[in-house]
Amino acid sequence: MTLSTLLQHSLTGISLGGAYALIAIGYTMVYGILRMINFAHGDIFMMAGYFMIFSMAVVPWWVSILLVCVLTIILGVTVERAAYKPIRSAPRMSIMISAIGVSYLLQNLATYLFTALPRAYPEIPILKKIFHIGSISSSLVTFVTPVLTVLLAMGLMFLINHTKIGMAMRAVSKDMETAQLMGIKINNTISTTFVIGSFLAAIGSILYFTDRMSVTPFSGTLPGLKCFIAAVLGGIGSIPGAVVGGFIIGICETLLVAFGYSTYSDAFTFILLIIILLCRPTGLFGEKMIDKV
Amino acid sequence: MKKSKNLIYSAIFGVIILLLLFFLEANKFQYGMAYTILQKGMILAVVAVSMNLVTGFTGLFSLGQAGFMAIGAYVTGIFLIPSDSISEVYYISGVNPAIASFKNWLESGPAFLQPIIPYLALIIGGLLAALFAAVIGYPVLRLKSDYLAIATLGFSEIMRAIISSPQMDRVTNGSYGLKKIPGFTSIFEPFGIMVVCILLMVLLLRSTYGRAFRAIREDEIAAEAMGINLAKHKQMSFIIGSFFSAISGGMLAMFMRSIDSKSFSVSLTYDILLIVVIGGIGSVSGSVIAALLVTASKEWWLRFFDNPLFIGGVQIPLFRTGFRMVIFSVILLIVVLFYQRGIMGKNEFSWARLEKRLLKLFKRGGAKNA
Repeated sequence: MTLSTLLQHSLTGISLGGAYALIAIGYTMVYGILRMINFAHGDIFMMAGYFMIFSMAVVPWWVSILLVCVLTIILGVTVERAAYKPIRSAPRMSIMISAIGVSYLLQNLATYLFTALPRAYPEIPILKKIFHIGSISSSLVTFVTPVLTVLLAMGLMFLINHTKIGMAMRAVSKDMETAQLMGIKINNTISTTFVIGSFLAAIGSILYFTDRMSVTPFSGTLPGLKCFIAAVLGGIGSIPGAVVGGFIIGICETLLVAFGYSTYSDAFTFILLIIILLCRPTGLFGEKMIDKV
Repeated sequence: MKKSKNLIYSAIFGVIILLLLFFLEANKFQYGMAYTILQKGMILAVVAVSMNLVTGFTGLFSLGQAGFMAIGAYVTGIFLIPSDSISEVYYISGVNPAIASFKNWLESGPAFLQPIIPYLALIIGGLLAALFAAVIGYPVLRLKSDYLAIATLGFSEIMRAIISSPQMDRVTNGSYGLKKIPGFTSIFEPFGIMVVCILLMVLLLRSTYGRAFRAIREDEIAAEAMGINLAKHKQMSFIIGSFFSAISGGMLAMFMRSIDSKSFSVSLTYDILLIVVIGGIGSVSGSVIAALLVTASKEWWLRFFDNPLFIGGVQIPLFRTGFRMVIFSVILLIVVLFYQRGIMGKNEFSWARLEKRLLKLFKRGGAKNA
C-alpha cells in the first residue's frame, strides 16, 4: 500500500470518525445525565436522514439543513417526553427496554412509511465539490466533517462549563435529587440534553449520509452501537472522550476495510468494547466512579 | 384435597392439548396456518424461557440470544443436511472435507441410531453454545447491567460476522446460508423438545440454584453476604440460558428448513425480548403464553393490518405492508410504559388463581345482568 492511498484512507477514516463523534456526544450526554443507553439515538439519526431526503425535494439545501435540525430535535424531545420521562424512577432494565422499544418502533415506522428499500440521499452541491491536494482527491465533506466536529464539540464544552444551563446539566448528572432541591428544573435540563444530542445527531447524519448516498430503516442500528462504543471508549459522560473515541473507531474501521478485513470491521468494534470494559472501564477520559453500597 | 384438584385440572389440560395436537397432525393440510404457528410458537417459547432465566430470574440483562441461536442453528444444519445434497448446498466454494467425511461416517452408522441424530445435533449445538457462553461469560459477566447488555449484543453481532465471513465459506457457506435442512416429521417433535427443555429449566429454577439466581436478581450484595458465590451462579445461569437458546435455534433451523446469518440479527433478540416483556419478566408460564400469543397475532391474527382494507369500496389509507409491525411496537411500548408486569408479572400460572379470576369475572358479569 502506497503512502498516498494510506493517506487517502486515513482521510476517509477521519471524516467517518467525525460523524461518529457527533453521534457519540449524544450518547455520552444522555448517559451522563440519565444513566441509560439511549438505544433509540441511532434510529433518530436514521430518521434525520429521511427528513433530509424529503425536505431536499421541496426546499433548497440550506433551508433543509435547518429544517432537518428542527425536526430531529422535535423527534428527540418527543421520544424523551413520551417514553423515558414516565418511567424515570423505574428499575434500570425497564428504562432500557423502553429505549429498545422506541428503537423498534422507529425502525418499523420508517419501514412502513418509506419502505425497506434504500432511498438515495440527496447531494448537497457544495459538500460534494471535489478537491485535489497532491495525489489525494476528496470531496469537501471529508474536510468539513472533522473541522465541524471539533468546532461543535468546543462550543458544547463552552456551553457546559461556562453557562447557567451547562451548570444545571452538570449538577443533574452528579445528583438528580439534590439538584432538584437546589431549584434546578430537572425536566427542562434533561430535555435540553436531548435537544443538543438530537441536534448533533442531525448534523452527524447529514455528514455521514452525504458520503454513503443511501438510507434504509436499518442504517441507524450499527452506527448507533458503534457510536455508543465510541462513547464508552472515550469515557462515558466525557465530551472530549466521545470525540476522541469517535475518531479512533472511525479511523480503525476504515483502515481495517482498506486492508481487506471488511467482514471483521464491525466485530472489531465490539472486541474493542469488551477489552476496554475489562481493562479500563472508565474509558480514556472518564472520571473514576465508586460503587456505593 | 387442593393438590389433587390441581393435578386433575392439569391432567385434563394436558389431555386436551394432546388431543388438539393429534387433531392438527391428522389434518395438517387443512389447518396449515395453525400448524406452523404452533410450531414456531413452541420454538420461541423455549428461547423466551431461556432468556427469562437469564434476564428475569438472574437479573443479567443479556441481549446475546440471537448469537447463541445462530450457533445452535448452524450446528443442527450442518449435522442434518443429507450428504447427497451437500454439494448442492455448498455450490459456491465446496464443503470442508472434514465435514463431508464426518457426515458420511454419521450416515453409515447403524440404522436404529439415525432417528436420534436430530436430537444429538440439538444437544451438540447447545453444548457448543454453552462453551462459547463460558468463554465470553468469564470476562463479560463482570460488567454491570447496561454494559452487559451492549457487550452481549456485541457478541451476537460478532458471531454473525464470523458466520458470514468468507473465511468460513466451507463450513457455514458464508453469506449464502444453509438450505435443504430436513424438518420435523410431526408436530410432536417440537412439542416434546419444548416440554422437556422448559421442564428442565423449571426444575432448575425450583432448586437451590434457582433460589440463588433470584436472590442475585433482588440484591447482589445481600446475596453475596448470604454466601452465594456471585460469579459462579451468574456464569451458570448464563451458560444454561445459552444452551437452551441454542437448542431453540436448532429447532428454528429445522422449522425454517433454510437459514442464513441475516435471520439471526439483533431484531431477533428484540422479538424475543418483546415476548419476555409481554409475558412478564420473571414468569416461565408468562413467557410460554406470550410466545404463543405473540407469534399467533404477529403471523396470523394481525395479518389484516398489512393488506389493503376496503370498507364499502373505499380504501382505508393506513392499511399497507408494515403497519402490523408499527402496531406491534406500539403495543410493546404501551406494555413497557403502563403495564410493566406484563401478562403474568412474576407469578406463575396456577389453577387456583385462574379459578378466582374466572369467579370474579363471572360475579361481575352476573351483577351487571341483574
